[in-house]
Amino acid sequence: MTSVAARIKDLFGPEIAGPGFAFLAVMLFFGIASPQFLSAATFGSVAFQLPELGLLTLAMLLPVLTGGLNLAITFTANIAGLTVAWVLQANGGVDAGLASFALGCILAIAVGATTGVVMGLVIAYTRAHPILVSLSMMIFVRGLGEFLTRGGDVSGFPAFLQPIGHGSILGIPIPLLIFIACVLIWHVLLTRMKLGFNTYMIGSNIEAARYSGVNTRKVIVLVYTLSGAMCSVAGIIMLARFNSVRVGHGESYLLITVLACFLGGVNPFGGFGRVIPVFVALVVLQLLSSGLNLMGANQHLATAVWGILLIAVMILRWLAAQLMIFNRRKG
Amino acid sequence: MRKLVQSHATEFALLAVLAAMCLVLSLATANFFSLGNAFDLLNTSSVNIIFAVGLLVVLIAGGIDISFAVAASVVQYGTALILGWMGGGGWISGLVIAGSLGISLGAFNAFLIHRFKIISIVATIATFNIYFGLLMFFTQGVSIYDLPEWLTDRIVLFEHEMPDGTWAEITLPVLVMAICVIATWVLITRTTTGRQLYAFGDNPEGARRFGINIGATQFIAFGWLGMMAGIAGLIQAHYAQEVVPNALYGRELDVLAAVVLGGARLGGGKGSVLGCVLGVLLIAITQNGLNLMGVSPFAFKMIIGAIILVAITLSNTSLERLLPFMRTQGTRR
Repeated sequence: MTSVAARIKDLFGPEIAGPGFAFLAVMLFFGIASPQFLSAATFGSVAFQLPELGLLTLAMLLPVLTGGLNLAITFTANIAGLTVAWVLQANGGVDAGLASFALGCILAIAVGATTGVVMGLVIAYTRAHPILVSLSMMIFVRGLGEFLTRGGDVSGFPAFLQPIGHGSILGIPIPLLIFIACVLIWHVLLTRMKLGFNTYMIGSNIEAARYSGVNTRKVIVLVYTLSGAMCSVAGIIMLARFNSVRVGHGESYLLITVLACFLGGVNPFGGFGRVIPVFVALVVLQLLSSGLNLMGANQHLATAVWGILLIAVMILRWLAAQLMIFNRRKG
Repeated sequence: MRKLVQSHATEFALLAVLAAMCLVLSLATANFFSLGNAFDLLNTSSVNIIFAVGLLVVLIAGGIDISFAVAASVVQYGTALILGWMGGGGWISGLVIAGSLGISLGAFNAFLIHRFKIISIVATIATFNIYFGLLMFFTQGVSIYDLPEWLTDRIVLFEHEMPDGTWAEITLPVLVMAICVIATWVLITRTTTGRQLYAFGDNPEGARRFGINIGATQFIAFGWLGMMAGIAGLIQAHYAQEVVPNALYGRELDVLAAVVLGGARLGGGKGSVLGCVLGVLLIAITQNGLNLMGVSPFAFKMIIGAIILVAITLSNTSLERLLPFMRTQGTRR
């Protein structure tokens, strides 16, 4: 029994406490406040909305764990979506085949990874601050997208893309399946692989990591490359969901991904944080937005409540730390 | 002289780049080197410079603020509503209302950061969402076009007729910008509070042990930015002659890029008003130059992004390697 508890604790870590508590609070509050809340429809809409924000949050998570930030995520996703759109259009638009879609996806991921490689190289070799590097990359990628599309929409895709955005297998939406697969990949990467271990090492103390023989530059470049590639996955899902691509789609998600990371217990200075609590935090955010929607509020109020929730969790964490200091003094 | 160059390496590098750019643009385009264009540049960059000097103070004190542009939108809207209730008002009351609304929003950030020990980027991302979400929720995204006349009237402080019959004008935003820049310069270089801000940003624990009041420092830094954001919000409403709730959304990151380009360090303890103004001007002049050279406006952001990326890459590596005497940081400014 204890070993099971230990395994669970091992899997989720202490970071789960904050988002787990928030999850229970949200379920309890809306369960009482609104009779329709605990229904399949609510969870269905959450399941369809979760992946867009979720995939971008995964892209944000890796750089945050190294103590950095990737502000280019949303526009990298846009440019990846545009790449797919152009490949499809070059191959007949509505009549394009599966092969051209596959080619588009590969090119899109290559484009996303390229932005990551450039950012990673600049950050690793010049030691410039990641906020500034990713910020200039964001301005560049957004400008590139605007330049190439003249600010307009790109649409007209083959019908087989529809199920990727809106279909479901065994009642589970396909975007959600893709998102859960990506969560698992990130979880395995961070807990079972050398790259994950080195990511945490760099986040807690980059000098110590370097002295203990970690090739910090390589790890940072890889982290940003993976982050860029994950943006591309988000971009492809967004293309399938909206059935069009426009530079600026999902722009408002940028700071919310950071919020979701911090809500999921990731340390802003890097080094600490896990994928599963971040996943729970994302579910909480979407449930909150669905619950408020049921009660007649709009998305903007939900955004404000997301901010309030983050502050509430931070204050609770501070209170818990104060309590621990108090108990230690007493004991 | 060498000492001056050493201690102000970023500012001199920026000045050199600016001078080179101006020279090239004057030769390449017909209109760049004219009084009219220079004044236009000043008029259009005023709001960003006011934002930038405010953000500079927070960066020097070791914090970061994402919420100021959205706070300025809240202030714009709030000020327009309060002025409506008051039935008019004037510049003095407008600036006082906007300034104090801004200070209170900044103080709320400082309160969260100081009282609950929340990291400034976390706190301000949260307040960014709160301010923007509530603003859009309560206003339903509706703009205000019915502003008092004194606010929408263009006030020309200096004008000069050009040979081709057009007028080169300096308008009120430039004067407000100049006052804000000078006030910030006095605050951070000529007062004890300024020294404390640098000390705190450079080494918070050291500053605390030295007896600097940490709480007061945070409130001054974020309050100052709040005040500047409030003033900038009012000036933006004056310049645009309308209040649009999401007009300033997204401006925070552009200003942040300009300020850091101007030599302020994310992490605190470093940065100057001159560098900060030059950073904003560099981006504004690039945009202006591209415009005059007939480059498509859709390409502006791309080119500016690439320039900042190249600038930080160079300023962090080869500049120090090419010019070894610049390696010593000199006085921390």
